[in-house]
Amino acid sequence: MAESLIVVGAGPAGTRAAERLVQAGLRPVVIDENERQGGQIYRRQPENFNRPPEKLYGTEAARARALHADFEALRPHIDYRPGTTVWGVAEEGLLAVRGSTVTTLPFSAIIIASGATDRIMPLPGWTIPGVYSLGASQIALKAQACTIGGAPVFMGTGPLLYLVAWQYMRAGVKPAAVLDTSSLATRLRGLRGMMSRARVVANGVHYMADLARAGVPLHAGITPLRVEGREDGVTGVAWQDARGRLRRTACDAVGTGYGLRAETQLADLLKCMFAFDPRFTQWRPQVDPDGRTSQPDVYLAGDGVLLRGADAAEAAGRLAACALLQDRRIAVAPDEIVGLRKSLSTLDRFAGGLAKAFPWPAHLAAALPDDTVVCRCENVTAGDIRHAATALDSPEINRAKALMRPGMGRCQGRMCGLAAAEVLAAARGVPVDKVGRIRSAAPLKPLPLDCRIAP
Amino acid sequence: MTAFARVPARADVIIVGGGFMGAATAFFLRTHGLSVILLERDLVGQAASGTNFGNVRRQGRYLPQLPLSNRSREIWGRLPELIGEDAEFLPAGHILVTTSEEDGARLEQYARDCKPWGLDLTMMTGDQARAMFPMVGPDIRAVSYSPHDGHANPRLAAPAFGRAARRAGARVVEQAEVVSIDRNSEDFTVETADGNRYHAPLLQISSGAWGRAMAATFEEDVPMAPQGPQMGVTEPLPYRIHPVIGSASSVTEEGVYLRQVKRGNIVFGGGRRSTADLATKRARLDPMNTLRQMPYLARLVPAMARLRVIRTWSGVEGYVQDSLPIMGPSDRIPGLFYAFGFCGHGFQLGPGVGATMAELIATGRTDIPLDPFHVSRFQRTVPTHTAP
Repeated sequence: MAESLIVVGAGPAGTRAAERLVQAGLRPVVIDENERQGGQIYRRQPENFNRPPEKLYGTEAARARALHADFEALRPHIDYRPGTTVWGVAEEGLLAVRGSTVTTLPFSAIIIASGATDRIMPLPGWTIPGVYSLGASQIALKAQACTIGGAPVFMGTGPLLYLVAWQYMRAGVKPAAVLDTSSLATRLRGLRGMMSRARVVANGVHYMADLARAGVPLHAGITPLRVEGREDGVTGVAWQDARGRLRRTACDAVGTGYGLRAETQLADLLKCMFAFDPRFTQWRPQVDPDGRTSQPDVYLAGDGVLLRGADAAEAAGRLAACALLQDRRIAVAPDEIVGLRKSLSTLDRFAGGLAKAFPWPAHLAAALPDDTVVCRCENVTAGDIRHAATALDSPEINRAKALMRPGMGRCQGRMCGLAAAEVLAAARGVPVDKVGRIRSAAPLKPLPLDCRIAP
Repeated sequence: MTAFARVPARADVIIVGGGFMGAATAFFLRTHGLSVILLERDLVGQAASGTNFGNVRRQGRYLPQLPLSNRSREIWGRLPELIGEDAEFLPAGHILVTTSEEDGARLEQYARDCKPWGLDLTMMTGDQARAMFPMVGPDIRAVSYSPHDGHANPRLAAPAFGRAARRAGARVVEQAEVVSIDRNSEDFTVETADGNRYHAPLLQISSGAWGRAMAATFEEDVPMAPQGPQMGVTEPLPYRIHPVIGSASSVTEEGVYLRQVKRGNIVFGGGRRSTADLATKRARLDPMNTLRQMPYLARLVPAMARLRVIRTWSGVEGYVQDSLPIMGPSDRIPGLFYAFGFCGHGFQLGPGVGATMAELIATGRTDIPLDPFHVSRFQRTVPTHTAP
């Protein structure tokens, strides 16, 4: 059978999807933007680095080890394309690029497991050198054995805040503070959903306790005010504590993030239907419980569609592959599907709890000073977006983008889009889903102008 | 009358379609003192008007279009005083370049022919051009330079005219899709999807690629099809390329063009066009076309090969069979006017079309020759309203 199946992404979801297809006797193409399989959470270090998994992945070392080993076992049975970025969709197939060489990959079905990035909330001073996303802070450590600074502040919200701070401490860099916009009371509201995975909650509590014991200041319910510094780097963070007192923490770097945002652009290019998900306050492709989209032969799995974390991604990847097989009349044991759906529903409750416990602080976008840069690529300020909203009467984000350029630069709104939409919605006085989402366009990542199509 | 009854709206002129042509016409009609209602299906300037390349180019045009184009160029230079903003218009010149002797000869011929029409071009050899524009590639052997042409930001121009029209007293209604147009003895009645009705004795259709269907309701058919230009933009770098650079090649794939905006990005387009869908209002950007453009862009400006493309887009444009727009009065219906189907070269003309159509509608005449653009050129049947 000349089925050409593509799996995009080789993190937990992509790996398990590919594995399940191989188990059915198929040979998928697996496209990985990274040079080595693993994705973000289970990102591998370069070949010549030799820190043990326990050191890199902590409590998740066994899972990481399994995911990497299982993938190595798959290698003879798949067409693996590392270091390759999918940037477009044409009649001829998926368009991928490595260096300046473009390949066209025809496909009869595709599973997209494109993962997520940090969700960023701009802040006065956040463009000063030394401000990183939490994900980047973690990549520096995991992949390169580097840290973002000697005394970093981790600020934002979400479980990653504590995990990264803890990983830094273990690596010998004591964070200057961990500043969380979510209050303790808010976190308690999410606890019920989170208790569906007591082990993970216990891990989180353990990270916090370790940090506190080491003397790292942990503050809840804070309001970030600004990053301070000069041309050559960060010198501190100004913030307000839960009682409204002005505080300042000296530091030489900032890691920031407010939960995650799904990387949905490829699904958008493939014309999948999107809907606003109030749980995660962002737009995402609509999927059935098994990962089927509104488009035949297009399946989604992992954090690229629903922000449920790495464990869920493994189950969702496998389930999406099962759905693909079923749709091709390849038998799948009903027990397998039932089992996967069941574990996903537990993970789903947990994710819902997390989203409640560490909510996206949309009000911060509304309160940003006019001169704060929101879109870094195009240097568009909150005031510019408000001007688009009011004087230029832009009812939705693509119009604001056309007139004032937020989201028009190198990242195409991947970093600033959600915050820009919040600024626009607040200025228009409408809920954020009413201002829409930035439309995706090729190239999904910057594409060299000296590209050649591979013969 | 109940509180929720819809109040009919009346004006001297209704304009259907708030692209560049409609918005500019609305603005200039106000300067003639006429009341105007502009009905736009989505937002002003969103389709072809907002997605085109942004060329403010006269050279290379069909010669009898130059009076209109010259008038437009004159208005481009006065945008700040007229509408309060410049839409990033940069009169930094326009060069048409070629690697072939044959195309070079054509450029020379055009430079001679356009002079009586009020357009002065300078022919240069490749070396002369490179002395003035060092970014131009070594393969270029002939260049036609139009010093007063340039480029502007298409995303800004039409909305700016829309806002200026509104400030000048025009009623600009967005998100108002026209579902029917009727005409009785005195008035046109236009109904929008939300159930509102608008009345006026004069009507202009300026609905771009959708103009054909509108004109057809008045039994005036135009051979016309929608297509999408293939546009892209690079990451920004220091502002060095001042003129618009366009290939003069008659080979479709080679016909690319580029301009650098002041903040540094290079906008490019050209080559093959894609299909466009009037129902979904979407034109396809075929990323294969972006790849096809690359080697030809590098031939114009070799340094571009070291940049990266960050975004591509397309938009729905209306192409008439003879590559000329439909502009002027209807051939059948008194009080009806057309300005649509600008075949991918309407952006430069926008302000001039607005001024000329407003003049025609308000005074019944204009000095700008419009005969070549008259809808009657496609009417095979004898007009029914022959003059007495």
